[in-house]
Amino acid sequence: MDYFLTDEQQMIQELSAKIADEKIAPVAIQYDEEGTFPHDIIKVLADSDLCGVYIPEQYGGLGGGIFEMALVVEQLSRACGGIALSYAGTGLGTFPILLFGTDEQKAKYLPDIAAGKKLAAFGLTEANAGSDAAGVQTSAVLDGNEYILNGTKQWITNGEAADVYSIVACTDRSSGARGFSAFIIEKGTPGFSFGKKENKMGVRASATVELIFEDCRIPKQNLLSKEGLGFIVAMKTLDRTRPGVAAQAVGIAQGALDAAVKYSRERVQFGVPISSFQAVQHIMADMAIQIEASRALVYQTCRYIDSGAKNISKQSAMCKVIASDTAMKVTTDAVQVLGGYGYMKEYPVEKMMRDAKITQIYEGTNQIQRNIIAHELIKEYR
Amino acid sequence: MNIIVCIKQVPGTNEVKMNKETNTIIREGVEAIINPFDTYAVEEGLRVKEKTQGKVTVLSMGIPAVAELLKETVALGADDTVLLSDRAFAGADTLATAYALSMGIKKIGLYDLIICGKQASDGDTAQVGPSLAEKLGIPHTTYVRKIEELREGYIRCQRMTEDGYEVIELALPAVITVVKEINEPRLPSIKGMMRAKKAVVTVWSAKDIGADLNLCGLKGSPTQVVSTFVPVHDVHSEMIGGQPEEQAKRLAEILLSMRFETGA
Repeated sequence: MDYFLTDEQQMIQELSAKIADEKIAPVAIQYDEEGTFPHDIIKVLADSDLCGVYIPEQYGGLGGGIFEMALVVEQLSRACGGIALSYAGTGLGTFPILLFGTDEQKAKYLPDIAAGKKLAAFGLTEANAGSDAAGVQTSAVLDGNEYILNGTKQWITNGEAADVYSIVACTDRSSGARGFSAFIIEKGTPGFSFGKKENKMGVRASATVELIFEDCRIPKQNLLSKEGLGFIVAMKTLDRTRPGVAAQAVGIAQGALDAAVKYSRERVQFGVPISSFQAVQHIMADMAIQIEASRALVYQTCRYIDSGAKNISKQSAMCKVIASDTAMKVTTDAVQVLGGYGYMKEYPVEKMMRDAKITQIYEGTNQIQRNIIAHELIKEYR
Repeated sequence: MNIIVCIKQVPGTNEVKMNKETNTIIREGVEAIINPFDTYAVEEGLRVKEKTQGKVTVLSMGIPAVAELLKETVALGADDTVLLSDRAFAGADTLATAYALSMGIKKIGLYDLIICGKQASDGDTAQVGPSLAEKLGIPHTTYVRKIEELREGYIRCQRMTEDGYEVIELALPAVITVVKEINEPRLPSIKGMMRAKKAVVTVWSAKDIGADLNLCGLKGSPTQVVSTFVPVHDVHSEMIGGQPEEQAKRLAEILLSMRFETGA
């Protein structure tokens, strides 16, 4: 399918695909086994200028938007959803600054992120604040020219690997959803340390780490937007990064389809390649249909967001749901096409199935996404 | 330091097709790539440039389409590209190629180091690099796997041999040919790809470089390919099945019949 990409988008897609095939695919299984952070791949991405595709040119980026970021994430995810997540996680940590940062904050943090010298991370989730983000316990108290943070963030992608953290903390417990604020915190700040590194089912090349704040003092200027708008910062950020998760899902699914079709043509049973059996053909046809439908919605949603549209929550949620549900279904089917071999770690599809699962869960579970969609839907008919 | 890297277009396939009449490789209609060995030369040129604040010029001789490959090197970081393209260059052997390249290099002018791949993946002769040095009257060494030291007028490098390596010192300007052990070629960057899209490749004819037409192309090639052929694999094999006794009997029969055939 020709999605009528611009020359620059085509270059971004082509180069990301090249990196995925030549640099990531050969090491994906090793990173998955070891669960180590892919610093050398991040270096390749940095040298290729891909770290700054969604950052304005004045800050050293390429001046693209969500779509350019999604094109990179999709291609990288074909080879490894975990390594792609380290890239996408930086986007998630950077968007609060892009959307709500002051000129000073942008000038201070964006150039290094665009150059790939620094990674970013986003910290909202806590042990008791998952789908119910209002359960955030981490507190920030203004003391003179500094905020003092206390609390623990859980399951933070790029934790420890990142240098720049966008964090949501409670500044006024009596104001409900208006009682939260967003902050930029740099690695190395006294009182900011890292806790448990999670041992995950999938996306194992990406780091998922606890962030611990113990009387951590940060300058007042590190407040993002205004006090009390932390939730708005988080929600507006997530509206824009969900298509990134969706693109990750499309990429993982495409990788699974590629592996399944290739295998079906090579695997001989009953004297013929299994691709000649209609039972196998239909599985693969269904995989392809769902992937293309998901990709079309993801791309169009990205273009819609990049056009400057205001009400994007529903579209953003929709593309995330269809793409992630598709990835789960398609990767499971790919394992089925490969049969016993598909279940073995020597073949790439069992990893893809494990990697796909998280896309239905993070950046808002698909159940929360459906809440968002239904909420908007009902509003439209009022 | 000014570096010139020579690259060659080769077919990106193992199924090379020959023109039966001219006995040259048919390059039209086949996916063209930069000779894989030359990609290490380009990378080494870029590394030297980054260390010494110099300039990399990539040079090739070939059909006009080679300009696209030269642009690929711009995406990697090459500063200038020059293509020697003229009907007069067609059918050149290694000597005529080295002559044309040497004339192109003389026109480019100032250079400290010329880097070539150790050989081309199609012709496999490994002659152009050394011939080029002779034509320019400068020293050369081949199969370089590492540049140990490089400064104004001096280079020391490791030259790979079958059982180890030699350390070679040369006065610059010089030609070195490199092996794949020397580095890992980089991928392009987006900004480089954009630069490449706008890049204009300088194209020079035989006249532009002041080449003697009698030394160019087929005319200037003392080696002529008289004929080419694809080796015929004319081996028949027969798998002998059955019990070991039966197999042995059948094998003996075959060997005996062969003995009669050769009249021994």
